[in-house]
Amino acid sequence: MEALTDQDGIKRYLVNINVNGDPYTVIVKANTLLVNLLRDQLDLTGTKKGCELGDCGSCTVLLDGKPVNSCTVLAVEADGRGITTIEGVARSEKLDKIQESFVNNAAVQCGYCTPGMILSAKALLARNPKPTEQEVREAISGNLCRCTGYVNIVKAVLEATGD
Amino acid sequence: MYLPDFDYQSPGSLKEACQILAAFGSRARVLAGGTDLMIKMKHGLLAPDVLVSLKNISQLAGIGYVQGRGVVIGARATHNDLVNSPVLQKKYLSVCEAAHHMANNQIRNVGTVGGNIVNAVPSADLPPILIALNAAVKLVGADGERELPLESFFTGPNRSVIGTDEILSEIVIPDQTSTGSTYMKFGLRRSGALAVVGVAVAVTVAGGVLKEAKIALGAVSPTPMRAVKAEELIRGRAVTDELLEEAGVCAAGECSPISDIRGSKEYRQDMVRVFTRRALRRAINEGHV
Ligand SMILES: Cc1cc2nc3c(=O)[nH]c(=O)nc-3n(C[C@H](O)[C@H](O)[C@H](O)COP(=O)(O)OP(=O)(O)OC[C@H]3O[C@@H](n4cnc5c(N)ncnc54)[C@H](O)[C@@H]3O)c2cc1C
Ligand code: FES
Ligand code: FES
Repeated sequence: MEALTDQDGIKRYLVNINVNGDPYTVIVKANTLLVNLLRDQLDLTGTKKGCELGDCGSCTVLLDGKPVNSCTVLAVEADGRGITTIEGVARSEKLDKIQESFVNNAAVQCGYCTPGMILSAKALLARNPKPTEQEVREAISGNLCRCTGYVNIVKAVLEATGD
Repeated sequence: MYLPDFDYQSPGSLKEACQILAAFGSRARVLAGGTDLMIKMKHGLLAPDVLVSLKNISQLAGIGYVQGRGVVIGARATHNDLVNSPVLQKKYLSVCEAAHHMANNQIRNVGTVGGNIVNAVPSADLPPILIALNAAVKLVGADGERELPLESFFTGPNRSVIGTDEILSEIVIPDQTSTGSTYMKFGLRRSGALAVVGVAVAVTVAGGVLKEAKIALGAVSPTPMRAVKAEELIRGRAVTDELLEEAGVCAAGECSPISDIRGSKEYRQDMVRVFTRRALRRAINEGHV
């Protein structure tokens, strides 16, 4: 990974990442967190910040298809990898099946946990298209909903399964 | 929450990484998954000048069986790599299960087995089962490498024998004579909760007799510990419910837990009794689960 040092001796790194299908080269300091790169530099504010300590899952993104908490991952560590944020779930104007199902099942209350919930659910359905209720609960157990809308969230994910 | 400034290096080889670590001494830190390190740095508990990422050291990834050595787990393997490893699923489902029941999916996709060990947190979930299975760890430093039993790796909470220039490169589970093993975690929630008590056992049973037993406890002493008196008590004896209860009582007396927000000392000791009994029963009846 290429690095540049400016006149004041501050080092910046050239990070190559693919976000939602588009390749980017971004310039970040070593201490830039992935969540801040996405929100502040790429304007993808659908990724939320809650605890910022790895506990709540509101900052969940898919890193090479797997859900991770972007508040504990350095942007430089994502060099060469692919990221999906909530903005990349729907293509064009049409909502993804899971999003549609969240709407239909009133699985969104304040909506703060929703991007993370949908990405965790998306990753689950990609590897296991017909999960049991237990498997759905397990897959979203790292995503906390303060509105406690779990019943409808689980229902929404189950309804988006299979064909 | 933002992080303080630091320099970042991502060397392509272990040798180079150890040289950087040797040059910076205690001012440098190894970065694996960062699920612990990032949080400590956010809280200002650690402020390294240099982070040495293991990201580009491909030899640290992977889990495989090596004839003559056993199951070799690269230190950078994530918890979900353990869960999904065909080798572990076949030989030691108990290790997959221990990894599966920790933290949550997001953390398991990033957190590594090396980080779980080097952190040296008494409640960490992987050390007890690895100790019960006699695992060894390999430490690679600027001047060479050494292999030692995981059991002798820990020296206290957040402390171990690892040198500032050393990297934990692999964990080796040797071929077993044991017939069963399991790890039982007791936490306050099913997800994202640290262990109040963790009990791992490995047993060798033949003809209804416990030929050999290893009991390793987590979260109830400054380091993961063996309940050697309980092991001795049951060695060579016929398996009965009473015997397993006796082992539990003995293990509870051997450990030295603290009282904290997750449970009192007395409660933890009683849970050691209960979970030692249950873990022994499960490993005796069901094999490596
Ligand atoms: C929400 C949450 C829930 C959690 N739940 C659990 C749980 O249920 N059970 C549990 O046991 N833990 C839990 N943890 C703790 C942590 O995630 C794990 O211990 C994890 O395995 C740490 O690995 P890491 O790769 O992220 O380590 P890092 O944060 O990268 O590193 C941790 C420490 O180890 C050092 N290090 C890492 N790898 C090496 C190496 N190969 N050689 C030398 N030094 C190294 C680092 O320098 C650092 O000091 C949880 C953490 C969070 C945030
Ligand atoms: S904001 Fe990242 S896990 Fe809570
Ligand atoms: S809908 Fe409000 S936090 Fe989940």
